[in-house]
Amino acid sequence: MESEKMATEITPKGYVNFFEESHGLKSWIFTHDHKRIALLYFYGVVGFFLMGVVLGLLMKFEMITPGETIMKPQTYNSLFTLHGVIMVFLFIIPAVPAIFGNFFLPILIGADDVAFPKLNLLSWYLYVIGGIMALSTLILGDGPPDTGWTFYAPYSVKTGTNVIMAVMAAFVLGFSSILTGLNFIVTMHRMRAPGMDWMKMPLFPWALYATSWVQVLATPIIGITLLMVVAERVLGVGFFDPSIGGDPVLYQHLFWIYSHPAVYIMILPAMGLISEMIPVFVKKSIFGYKAIVYSSLAIAFVGYFVWGHHMFTSGMSGQARVVFSILTFLVAIPSGVKVFNWVATMFKGSIDLQTPLLYCMAFIFLFMIGGFTGLVVGALSADVHVHDTYFVVAHFHYVMFGGTGFAFIGALHYWYPKMFGRMYNKKVANIGFGVLFTGFNILYFPMFILGIQGMPRRYYDYLPEYSTWHKVSTMGSWVVAIGLIIIIANLVKAYRKGEPATGNVWGGITLEWETKSPPPLLNFDKPPTVTHGPYDYSILNK
Amino acid sequence: METEKHIVDDKKNILIWVDLLILTFVTVEIAQFDFKTLTILIALGVATFKTILVGYFFMHLKFENRFFKTMVFLCLFVLIAVLAILFIDYSYR
Ligand SMILES: [Cu+2]
Repeated sequence: MESEKMATEITPKGYVNFFEESHGLKSWIFTHDHKRIALLYFYGVVGFFLMGVVLGLLMKFEMITPGETIMKPQTYNSLFTLHGVIMVFLFIIPAVPAIFGNFFLPILIGADDVAFPKLNLLSWYLYVIGGIMALSTLILGDGPPDTGWTFYAPYSVKTGTNVIMAVMAAFVLGFSSILTGLNFIVTMHRMRAPGMDWMKMPLFPWALYATSWVQVLATPIIGITLLMVVAERVLGVGFFDPSIGGDPVLYQHLFWIYSHPAVYIMILPAMGLISEMIPVFVKKSIFGYKAIVYSSLAIAFVGYFVWGHHMFTSGMSGQARVVFSILTFLVAIPSGVKVFNWVATMFKGSIDLQTPLLYCMAFIFLFMIGGFTGLVVGALSADVHVHDTYFVVAHFHYVMFGGTGFAFIGALHYWYPKMFGRMYNKKVANIGFGVLFTGFNILYFPMFILGIQGMPRRYYDYLPEYSTWHKVSTMGSWVVAIGLIIIIANLVKAYRKGEPATGNVWGGITLEWETKSPPPLLNFDKPPTVTHGPYDYSILNK
Repeated sequence: METEKHIVDDKKNILIWVDLLILTFVTVEIAQFDFKTLTILIALGVATFKTILVGYFFMHLKFENRFFKTMVFLCLFVLIAVLAILFIDYSYR
């Protein structure tokens, strides 16, 4: 096996890293090691991400001219549904917690594994089963669903496409998410190293802690809701279809009671990554550690009560709309606290502009655009105009891709040498970043303009006045693709030929930098004792 | 913690079980009357009380420390708040 050879070559004698610990396919698919499970997730999640990207590129290509370009309307409907389902349930929800959380949470708190290693493996199997179920709609039944990833009733109850399978896929993936959350909560309560009290815990674990509670408490609601859709389709129970006594707005309530908190499952861990990376590259303690901790908890908590902002134009009562709008504006405060603290951390630091820091800065910039436009759609009057237009599409791609996506790729560049024990070509990595960042803005910024002009989302065709910005946007999608290819090629090349990485690549002082790269099976040679705060760079001067 | 044994006498358990049966009967019987907005409040109130009984006695929350109790009630609070906000929509529509 190639990985074997690689690992033995780069590690000094005298220790066995987790790649070398055991060999063969079985040692991976039956592993209980959190690092190996993280890598299993990594390959799965990246695989699905690339599928989602290809679907997105096809959609954008269809939109380069009005009318039919390369596909029929029904295909387009299925494409945006699958793109959404894959990107939301199979990429962005599991991406940061299941990969970086699994790999680094135990190491960051000085533990040798998560609290329930077997449950952890089960989560991965559920993830794979859910993924296969989602993809099976392509070939099984009456074609992939055409409802959009939200499965809005009553259409989802009436369409002839294979909604049940897609819905059950989301149901199974929900279980995977719950088990991961549960595992992390118990791990953080029970397995912190001696000396690491709660307020000495690094901020990425803190972000995962807030996220895990959302996963455990909110995910069951989508499970029940999706089962209600199945019950209505199969047994004709009148939950949502008004013609048999149901209420379609109830579906939207139930769906968003989960799916808005799910937005925080997507963004909170990414914010944790940013808080983890910035201090390392400015060699300065994080500004307002406690404020960041409490803002994570506050975002998770208030995030439960704002779901109605997705339904301002759905016929909800006026009173409820006002309440939801006010609560939505409240969430902006803790988010703003975080952005302020990141910038304040960089202020007067000794800034070392490495690739991960570039991604952090891009995150702040793109997340600000995404966040502020979120307030535009959270305001009752403005939302009436831009609801269900490309403005909303641009808004959430700025938050999810520009935010979580960039944090994910940034963290990959940050921890890559730790995970794989090899260093990538930094220059190529920076070029990849530049291309991706440029392409991203060419792809999504025109969507703000299209949305303001009134271009509805999910439409297959459009009037000639929209064609210029659609063309620009499609060309942007090609630049994004080139950027991703550069980044991936660079990392793949590093995996095979990169320079061996040292234990502490960036001069960080959190626990993962105290062990070797890649770490041994039990993470540390001897269990660590924590004596200083996670970002206390004053110890470097002593 | 594993070595700890909780002494629960059967009489008490049976009593709580009977309580649960009575409350179930109440839920069923009360469903035929229309108390307008109160209907849902009463139904959910009875159900919540039953949940607390089960959690507290049958699931041994009674014996847990303060931290677990706080977490469970915080979750319950989130659920109640979500439902309350949901009904702002339904009662004013
Ligand atoms: Cu939302």
